[in-house]
Amino acid sequence: MTVLEFTAVVGIGSLLAGFLGALTGLGGGVVIVPLLVLGLGVDLHYAVGASLVAVIATSSGAAATYVREGYSNIRIGMFLEIATTVGGVAGAFLAAKISGSAVAIVFGVVLLVSAYLSMRHRVHHGEDGPPDALAQRLRLDGSYPTAEGPQKYHVRRVPLGFALMFGAGVLSGLLGIGSGALKVLALDQAMGVPFKVSTTTSNFMIGVTAAASAGIYLARGEIDPSLALPVVLGVLTGSMLGARVLMGASVRLLRILFAVVIVALAVQMIYKGFTGEL
Amino acid sequence: MSVPDEQAGHRVEAMLGHLLRYGVLLAAMVTAIGGSIYLIAQGNDRVSYKSFGDGVAPELRSPSRVIVNAAGGNSRALMQLGLLLLIATPVARVAFSALAFARQRDYLYVGMTLFVFAVLLFSLFHGGG
Repeated sequence: MTVLEFTAVVGIGSLLAGFLGALTGLGGGVVIVPLLVLGLGVDLHYAVGASLVAVIATSSGAAATYVREGYSNIRIGMFLEIATTVGGVAGAFLAAKISGSAVAIVFGVVLLVSAYLSMRHRVHHGEDGPPDALAQRLRLDGSYPTAEGPQKYHVRRVPLGFALMFGAGVLSGLLGIGSGALKVLALDQAMGVPFKVSTTTSNFMIGVTAAASAGIYLARGEIDPSLALPVVLGVLTGSMLGARVLMGASVRLLRILFAVVIVALAVQMIYKGFTGEL
Repeated sequence: MSVPDEQAGHRVEAMLGHLLRYGVLLAAMVTAIGGSIYLIAQGNDRVSYKSFGDGVAPELRSPSRVIVNAAGGNSRALMQLGLLLLIATPVARVAFSALAFARQRDYLYVGMTLFVFAVLLFSLFHGGG
């Protein structure tokens, strides 16, 4: 393949991934690495390096939208970024220590879990819990706008949320993904943060987490500009287009379709990881 | 925290959100310009991304060397500079958040934010590993 052909193929694939990722809310980053590795035989570490930059671009590009809605909790985000950035650095260093096959298997498992989480009916925990001493000391409680005025909420299980966020950071650095699903899980299910606040705060954190890993990949020489160019520009353009398309009834079908793609990629990653083909 | 503080925080964040979007657009343009020059010059070369040997050239591995080589007209370095600018956008956001917390005299969060900032700087400037 020539450089031009390769750039075109990767660019179109990334555009599609970004578009579907934004439309379904699952994030385009999760399919980029498997597509590059399985479809084009790209070395795993370089695929991860390119994906990290794409994740940062998407997160920063969408920041204005998320903040405008007034849902994100900046204190929760910053406090938990202590865990995600340290995890992100650790995950990036870990990636160089373990084999590509092992990374591929972890990737496959994470993909399966993400697909499961996205398809599952969300359990509403309903009532707001009592104030939590640690959350109060850190002033994490907040409020968000509703039709009936600001709605206050209390944050709980701070240490559990913090630990889960460290794990999300490690996975982000190891796999080059935003770990959005795990971040939302930690905020929403573990810490009792309202779902709307969880998703926007998670988006706020994704770029910072990925930046903590990207520097390590850069210094290792695993961010190749000619590979990252079509990935980053493709995902960025695709996700901006996807965010503009109105959410219709067909999104449910798209989500199922996208989840099927994710499962198929996951199975292949795990299979190739075990057979040592990567 | 009182509601006015929260609103002030959101105003700063909203402004920052717009700045970040322009930063991303600028970075994407730099990457695209570098990429165009590179593709015109070397678009017909044969490539394989299966193996990268020992990684990309040393001049593409640290912020300072990328800037020097991009200024020298190296198209791959110019693309890398665009990518570096992208990586820098969340770092800038964290720096501005520290200022915003300082203005609210919320020193606990100034400390946390500076810690996150330090981790990001370590990642970008640790110089190899």
